[in-house]
Amino acid sequence: MTTTATLDRSVNGDTGSRRFSILAGRDINRETYVEEWAEAGLTVADSPYDPQPSLRIVDGQVMEMDGKERADFDALDRFIADHALDLPVAEEAMATPSHQIARMLVDINVPQPTIRRLADGCTPAKLCEIVRHMNVLEMMMGLGKMRVRKTPANQAHVTNWRENPALLAADAAEAALRGFAEIETTVRVARAAPLNALAILVGSQTSRGGVLTQCAVEEAFGLRLGIKGLTSYAETLSVYGSERSFVDGDDTPWSKAFLASAYASRGIKVRFTSGTGSEALMGYAEQCSMLYLEARCLLITKGAGSQGVQNGSISCIALPEALPGGVRGVLAENLLASMLGLECASGNDALASHSALRKTAKLMLQMIPGTDFICSGYSAIPKQDNMFGGGNFDAEDFDDWTVIQRDMQVNGGIRPVKEADAVAARRQAAQALQAIYAELDFPPIGDEEVEAAALAHSSEDMPERDMVADLAAADRFLEGTANLSDVVRALHRSGFEQAAANLLEMGRQRVAGDYLQPSAIFADGFNVISAINDNNDYTGPGTGYRLEGETWDALQRIPQQKSPRDFIDAQVGEPLPNLAEISTAKVGASAKEIVVAVGPAYGTSLVKTIGELDHEEVLEALLTGVAEEEFYGRVVRVYHSADCAAIGHAGARLSGSGIAVGLQSRGTTVIQKRGLAPLNNLELFPQSPSLTLEIYQAIGRNAARYAKGLSPLPVGVKVDNGARLRLIVKTALLHRREIDDIQEKAPQELYFRWEPDV
Amino acid sequence: MTDERSEERGNTSQSSNGGYPLYANRNDTLAAASGRPLRDLSLQKTLSEDISSEDYSISAETLRAQAEIARGAGYPQLAQNLERASELTAVPNDTLLEMYEMLRPGRCSFEEYEALAQRLRAEFNAAATAAFVEEAANVYRERGLLRRELE
Repeated sequence: MTTTATLDRSVNGDTGSRRFSILAGRDINRETYVEEWAEAGLTVADSPYDPQPSLRIVDGQVMEMDGKERADFDALDRFIADHALDLPVAEEAMATPSHQIARMLVDINVPQPTIRRLADGCTPAKLCEIVRHMNVLEMMMGLGKMRVRKTPANQAHVTNWRENPALLAADAAEAALRGFAEIETTVRVARAAPLNALAILVGSQTSRGGVLTQCAVEEAFGLRLGIKGLTSYAETLSVYGSERSFVDGDDTPWSKAFLASAYASRGIKVRFTSGTGSEALMGYAEQCSMLYLEARCLLITKGAGSQGVQNGSISCIALPEALPGGVRGVLAENLLASMLGLECASGNDALASHSALRKTAKLMLQMIPGTDFICSGYSAIPKQDNMFGGGNFDAEDFDDWTVIQRDMQVNGGIRPVKEADAVAARRQAAQALQAIYAELDFPPIGDEEVEAAALAHSSEDMPERDMVADLAAADRFLEGTANLSDVVRALHRSGFEQAAANLLEMGRQRVAGDYLQPSAIFADGFNVISAINDNNDYTGPGTGYRLEGETWDALQRIPQQKSPRDFIDAQVGEPLPNLAEISTAKVGASAKEIVVAVGPAYGTSLVKTIGELDHEEVLEALLTGVAEEEFYGRVVRVYHSADCAAIGHAGARLSGSGIAVGLQSRGTTVIQKRGLAPLNNLELFPQSPSLTLEIYQAIGRNAARYAKGLSPLPVGVKVDNGARLRLIVKTALLHRREIDDIQEKAPQELYFRWEPDV
Repeated sequence: MTDERSEERGNTSQSSNGGYPLYANRNDTLAAASGRPLRDLSLQKTLSEDISSEDYSISAETLRAQAEIARGAGYPQLAQNLERASELTAVPNDTLLEMYEMLRPGRCSFEEYEALAQRLRAEFNAAATAAFVEEAANVYRERGLLRRELE
C-alpha cells in the first residue's frame, strides 16, 4: 500500500481505526459542517460582497449609505436611513475608526452611554466593521457592559403536544416559581391559542405575580389575543435583512412598525425577532454575510421603535453553527443589539446541537456576560412537548443550569426550587384553571387531570381530553365578551384570591404602561425594572450587576446541597473493644514480623473506612494475609501524623522485617519499606473506596512476601474513575477527623485481641 | 425627527426618569382608556361592577407620558412608536387589524394609502401615523410593493 492510498483511506474514514470510528459515532459528529460559500449567503461575519461603510448627509437627509446612492436604496435602506440613524452624531461616529470603537467596548473606563451615542450614528456596514475587530472574549466584555437592563433575566417556553390546559397552567406555574421573567407559549393547532394563552397566564400568576406572558401565533391573531388581555407581550414580529426576504415574510418595515404601535396602543410590550441565517434560508441573502444582514435587521428594529429584539439566530441557529465562526457571529449580533440600546433576548432557545459540550460552550457566551434574557425561550418542558420545535435546554436540564450558576456565581435567571414547592405550585395552578373552566363553562378539567398535571413531567402523563370540544370553546372565548375581569371574578369566587389579585394587577399595570419601556420586566412584588430605572452602569470590577446578597443566597441553595457536618456519620461509632493501647512501640527484633501502622483515629473516633468496611475486619484481613505467609503482624498506632505515607514510614522504622503496612482510618493503604523516602513506597492503594477485604488480605500477603525478599505481583485494584468525584467531600472530612486526633506522641503498641484463622 | 436626538440624550443623563415608574409615582392621576381612574380598578370594584376591556386598556395620555420618558432617556424611536400608539388608541380593534393588513406588501394601491392617511387624520386625529402611512406609500410605489393590478 502506498502512502497516498493510506491518506485517501483515512480521509474517507475507513482505515479501520477504532479511535476514529468511536469519534465518528459521537454526538458532535451528528451535526452538519460546511465550508463558507458567500454567493449563497453561507458566510457568517465577513462576505467579500458586504458593503463598505460610508455615509453622506446633505441637508439632513442621507444621500449615500454603505456605498449606495439614495436613488438606489431599497425599502430597507430607506427605512434605516430615515428612521434609525442619529444623523447629528453620524458624522462623528462614521469618522471614528472602527477599531477604536471596538476598543471602547472593552475599555472599562468608557461607560455605556458613550458607546451607545456613537453606535446610534453607525450604518450597518460600520457596525459590522466594529465587531469584526473583536474576539469572543472581547465581545463578552462588551455585552456585559452594553446589556440594556442591569439585572439579567430569562424567558421560558411552555407548550405541550396535547395542548392540555391543566398541564400548561402547571408548567407555567413551575416556570414562574423558577424565576422566569417571561413565559411564551405557542400552539400545535392555531385555534387553541386563546385557551393556551389563558392557561399560562393563570398558571404563572397563580404562582408568582408579574410574569409577562405571550402566545406566538400569526401576527394579526397575536394582536387579537393581546387586545383581549390574554397576553402582555409579543415578540414574534419577525424582520429580515434583505428586501426580498422581508416581503416574503409578508411585511415591510412600515407594516411591522405599525404593528408595533398597534400592540403598544393596547399596552402590550413588543420585541422584534431577527437573527443570522434566516435570509440565507429564505434564499435572499444577496451574497451578504449573515452579520451584515442582521445589522440591517437591528437598525430596522430600532427605527421601528421596538424596545428590543430576540436575536442570536433563534430558530435558524443550526445554519450559522454549520459554518466557521458561527457561534462567534451569534454573539456579535447579540452585542450589536445591546450597543443599539435594544433589549436582547439572546437566543439559546432552539435546538442548536446534539452535543451537550457544544451547547454548554455556546451558552457561556451569553450566560457569563449576562443578557436581558439569556434564553429567548428556555424549554421549561420536555423536548417532545416543545411546540417551538425542541429546545436547546429543556426541563431535564434545570439542575445542570442551577449548578452552573452556583459554580460561577452567575445569575442565569433560573432559581433552584424544592420539589414540594414546585408540585404545590403546579397543583394550585391546575386547580385555578379548573375553577375558571367551570365558571366560564369550558369543557371541564377533572380532579384526576389536576392531580396528573401536578405530578406530570410530560403530556404523556396526562389523561386524554376532547380536543375538538376544547377548540370549540377556544373559538367561543375569542369571539365572546368574556374578558380579564371575568377571569378575575371566577378566580375570586373559587377561592383563589391571590391569583385573582395578581391577574387584576396585570391589568392595572397595563393601564400604567411602565413595562413598555426598554427591557422592562417585573421583579418580585410587581416592581417594574427597565433601562429607565435599572440601567446598566457597568464600569469595571465592583460595578454593574453583581450576584450577591439574597439573590446569591437563593441561587446557591440548591436542594441537592447537604450540610457537610453529618457527612461522616457512617464512619463514626463505638470504639473497637478488642483494640487496646499497651505502651510506646519499640523497634521489633524479629525478621518475621510485619507492622500494621494505623492512623490516630483508627478504631476509636472512626470505625469504618470510606468504603464502609469495619476497621476490625480490615485489620483481620491484613493480619490474615500476613499469617498466610507464616509471618506475624504487630499493630501500632501512629499519633504524630494522619498522612498515609508518614504512617507507613513510621511503621517501617518499627518493623523487625523493615516492612510495614500503613493504614489511614478512611482506608487508604501503603506497603512501605524501611529506608525508602516517605513519599516512595513498595505499593500504594490511594483508591480506598475500591478496596475490599480480599484486597486487604492480599496486601498483607504481599507485605510478608516483600519481607521474604520476593518480588510479588503487585495487588491489582480496579480503577473507579468516579470515586474521587463522588467521595471527595467525605474524604476531606474523614481526613479532618483523623487530624483532630493527632498528638505529639510516639507510636503506641496496640493489642488486637484476635487469632488468625490460618 | 432625527435632529433632536443627540441633544435629548445629553440633557437627560442626570434626569429623574421623568416620573418613572408612573404606576408608583402617578398612581393618583393615572386613568384607563375608558377614563376609569386606576384607583377605581380595584379587586372590590372588579367583583361588584361591570368592568370592560377599556377599563384595563392604556390611555393615549399615558402613552404620551411614556413616550416622553423614553425620549428623555435617549430612546427617540421608541418615543415615536409610543406616540403613534397613543394615536391608535382611538382606532377600534377591528379597524386596527384592517389597517395593519393594508400596510402589508402588495395589498393596496397608492390611492388607497392616501385615503387611509386621510382617514387617520380626519377620523382619529392621528397625524403622525398618517404621515407614516404616506411615507410607506411613497416607498412602496418606488419599490413595487403596491398591489399589482395585473393579476
